[in-house]
Amino acid sequence: MRHRLASTAIGAAAIAAFLASPAFAETTLRALFMAQAAYSEADVRAMTEAFTKEHPDVKVELEFVPYEGLHDKTVLAQGSGGGYDVVLFDVIWPAEYASNDVLVDATDKITPEMKDGVLPGAWTTVQYDGKTYGMPWILDTKYLFYNKEILEKAGIKAPPKTWDELASQAATIKEKGLLEEPIVWSWSQAEAAVCDYTTILSAYGGSFLDADGKPAFQTGGGLEALQYMAGTMKDGITNPNSKEYLEEDVRKVFQNGDAAFALNWTYMYNLANDPKESKVAGKVGVVPAPGHEGTSEASAVNGSMGLGVTTTSQHKDEAWDYVTFMTSQKVQNEYARLSLPIWKSSYDDPAVTKGQEELVAAAKQSLAVMYPRPTTPRYQELSQALQLAIQSAILGMASPEEALTEAADNSGL
Amino acid sequence: MSSAWITTRAWLLMLPLLIVMIAVVGWPMVDTVRLSFTDTRLVGTSGEYVGLANYAKLLTGSAFLGALRNTAVFAVFSVAAEMTLGVLAALLLDQQFRGRSFVRALMILPWALPTVVNAMLWRLIYNPEYGALNSLLTQLGILSEYRSWLGEPGTALWAIVAADCWKNFPLVALIALAALQAVPRDIKAAAIVDGAGAFARFRFVMWPYLAGPLTIALVLRTIEAFKVFDIIWVMTRGGPVNSTRTLSILVYQEAFSFQRAGSGASLALIVTLIVTVFAAFYIALMRRSGSRA
Amino acid sequence: MERRSLAASILVYGAATVMSAIILAPILWLFLMSISSANDLSAQPLHWWPQTLDLSRYGTLVSLVSNSAGEAFLGSLRNSLFVSGLATLGAILVAVPAAWAVSRTPQVQWSLFAVIATYMLPPVSLAVPLYMGLAHFGLLNTITGLALVYLTILAPFATWLLKTGFDNIPREIESAAMIDGARLDQTMRHITLPLAKPIVATTALFAFLLAWDEFFYALLFTADQRAKTVTVAIADLAGGRVSDYGLIATGGILAALPPVLIGLVMQRAVISGLTTGGVKG
Repeated sequence: MRHRLASTAIGAAAIAAFLASPAFAETTLRALFMAQAAYSEADVRAMTEAFTKEHPDVKVELEFVPYEGLHDKTVLAQGSGGGYDVVLFDVIWPAEYASNDVLVDATDKITPEMKDGVLPGAWTTVQYDGKTYGMPWILDTKYLFYNKEILEKAGIKAPPKTWDELASQAATIKEKGLLEEPIVWSWSQAEAAVCDYTTILSAYGGSFLDADGKPAFQTGGGLEALQYMAGTMKDGITNPNSKEYLEEDVRKVFQNGDAAFALNWTYMYNLANDPKESKVAGKVGVVPAPGHEGTSEASAVNGSMGLGVTTTSQHKDEAWDYVTFMTSQKVQNEYARLSLPIWKSSYDDPAVTKGQEELVAAAKQSLAVMYPRPTTPRYQELSQALQLAIQSAILGMASPEEALTEAADNSGL
Repeated sequence: MSSAWITTRAWLLMLPLLIVMIAVVGWPMVDTVRLSFTDTRLVGTSGEYVGLANYAKLLTGSAFLGALRNTAVFAVFSVAAEMTLGVLAALLLDQQFRGRSFVRALMILPWALPTVVNAMLWRLIYNPEYGALNSLLTQLGILSEYRSWLGEPGTALWAIVAADCWKNFPLVALIALAALQAVPRDIKAAAIVDGAGAFARFRFVMWPYLAGPLTIALVLRTIEAFKVFDIIWVMTRGGPVNSTRTLSILVYQEAFSFQRAGSGASLALIVTLIVTVFAAFYIALMRRSGSRA
Repeated sequence: MERRSLAASILVYGAATVMSAIILAPILWLFLMSISSANDLSAQPLHWWPQTLDLSRYGTLVSLVSNSAGEAFLGSLRNSLFVSGLATLGAILVAVPAAWAVSRTPQVQWSLFAVIATYMLPPVSLAVPLYMGLAHFGLLNTITGLALVYLTILAPFATWLLKTGFDNIPREIESAAMIDGARLDQTMRHITLPLAKPIVATTALFAFLLAWDEFFYALLFTADQRAKTVTVAIADLAGGRVSDYGLIATGGILAALPPVLIGLVMQRAVISGLTTGGVKG
């Protein structure tokens, strides 16, 4: 018994040492990605493989975390002297990352071809205070998805163009007994809820902050947006479980045929149309998120993400090569099924648009009206205050007005 | 052997343990104390000394009180339920009946199930649309429509308490059962012959054997409950409307999401203090009961 | 002995049935989810028994194809095994002498309480300094580093359990051996440890399960297949892009299998160890 234990121990130690030993390549880059929405893990691995084929002296180690862990892992690594060379970052973080010196200022590395070739909306993703902190990679916004079959059964000719129209169409579907609660959203206490709120806020012409950087969402369009959200919940046209849903839950409900409308990111289009994954394949319609009469034609949140090089990286040049490769038009066109390219001319390239013409048509309209969430170094705190307000209002624990006023007081701005 | 040598020898034998603990716990602990008096951020500028400002701000803020309340509710109710159900289960398993060893083996299952798997399992069970609980309750006619167990502030924390209880009451049961089986048979029999009622038998025959092991179980479970993180992280991450945000989750948010390492450290120390007070109380109790035995 | 009345028998069997059902149902359901087709799992009301059997997820998660989800999942199981094994071994090695010392020398008992007090620290409170420390020594995302951190959870726990075990071994046996001229290490090896074998085994078992269970440190200190443990892999499955609940359930079954099997096979050790007095004089 004792001998067996000892030999096991030595074996375990030897294997542990083996696993801890560094790999042999001239340069090893470590990159942090997310395992959620947009490009799949397999896509990212394949793109990276193509990169290392072109750069045999560089090895790239990939790490995938759920979106919720992306920010925390990045700052934790940075706080302890680094770890990642390339990180994926959400549009809401450049302000915080810039003021804490997380990302390398890449303003000088942007060539004129890049500058002109990439959509202006995409650039806003990686810029803060006049500087550019990386390359946009995932150009994303929330679209309104609808189930063509259910709309047809309800006698609805065209998908809604305004939020009020969405509510009345949903009410029709409910009245006809086709679905109990026709709309599904991601309103769990998370960033996803803020994205939905931002979309509607932009439709109603609201704004987060006033000219002095003080909260302004508790009045005007910001207030109307939350009133709308709480209203659909109260009227029973929103799936009440939306309050605990994230994007993947929304997709699950929608592709199971249990929702007529869903607000979600680009990636849902091709997955919900995949018969292996979805019961509604072939019945998926997509349009820009609606507007508001007299204020807007369509609405969209800027939910894009960029790739940047960290200030602690020991291989900044190789890391930047990797970033430019991953964001290059060639690579993006090749993997355009789950995330659309950042490059203007791609949208007219048949290789990209084939089979997803509807999505591309919606994208052309949506990407032009993408509305930003506020750029402030203390975004995380503001976001949490907003998440709380949204949840209080949709759960009927506070009126939208009270909830948003409290959020404004607690936002730390 | 001189008593001085015996003491020295004891210290030498403890040395490896102490070295490991000082290196991997003691030092970070000291660093946490230092951080708690500064406004250090996780990334960027190194912090300034701010005295007790972090503590003052936390103790007066609503976030701390809310999290303290949630933690207390979770700890008190989950531990109380686990202890009660555990002892009841042990009393049952102490009876002679066919299939007893099978049922006893079953108790191992939840106990051995990893916490994260348990959390994930119950999250699936509580799923508002495709969850087993909703389906079962409506099919039995107990529920008229599906509910969002983890989406309602009124039920979320209780749903987590139930999930935690399911996993942990068997541990208490196994500990209590082991203690009960140490009660000599003739004493049990004698009590019955003497005509002692069921409660009297429990109080005077079994309790003296149960008290010690149950106190240990109570200490461990209470400490675990006050530190609770995993099950909540996987099931709700503190939502809805912060109704399941416990102290550990709040520390995580302060230190990592908001990057206020200093403030997070002071909060962590407050949590430690609360747990220590409880534990000291229990340990005192235990030593008293230990010296009696 | 005691003759139960019919009513009491009904009560005992009824209670035993209800309790078994409560314990078994969720686990059984986890297993059924793992073999039900996606359609069965998204029906309302649910199909309790799969109409179509789907075993494909086990194939998906147990696969040696490179760069596949299965390879990553198997890798996480292997990491959990090594981390838990290494940490358990370390914990037993430092805890046995310490526990014996405390058990036999009441003067140093306070230091055990100091060590146990660290068990009360919420892991979040140590995370930032620990992360920086591990990064400094290049131990982030390594099995060794994680095992070292786990040692701090397992060692106090193991010492505590072992001390109660040693307390139940009469000192007189040891003193008798010592008087006969045996050195301390000989006494330990020939007298104390053989008597303490059940409690050491139980302690190791408990420590292993505790390490297998750990999530928070693994979440922060590991990154990829080189050290990511199975609990993190499960949380990633549940939090990432998986809309098939069956796959999540399969991951849960696979992650639970090793500790559950160990617990069942070593049931005797668990239960006898819990009496902490398995050695009766």
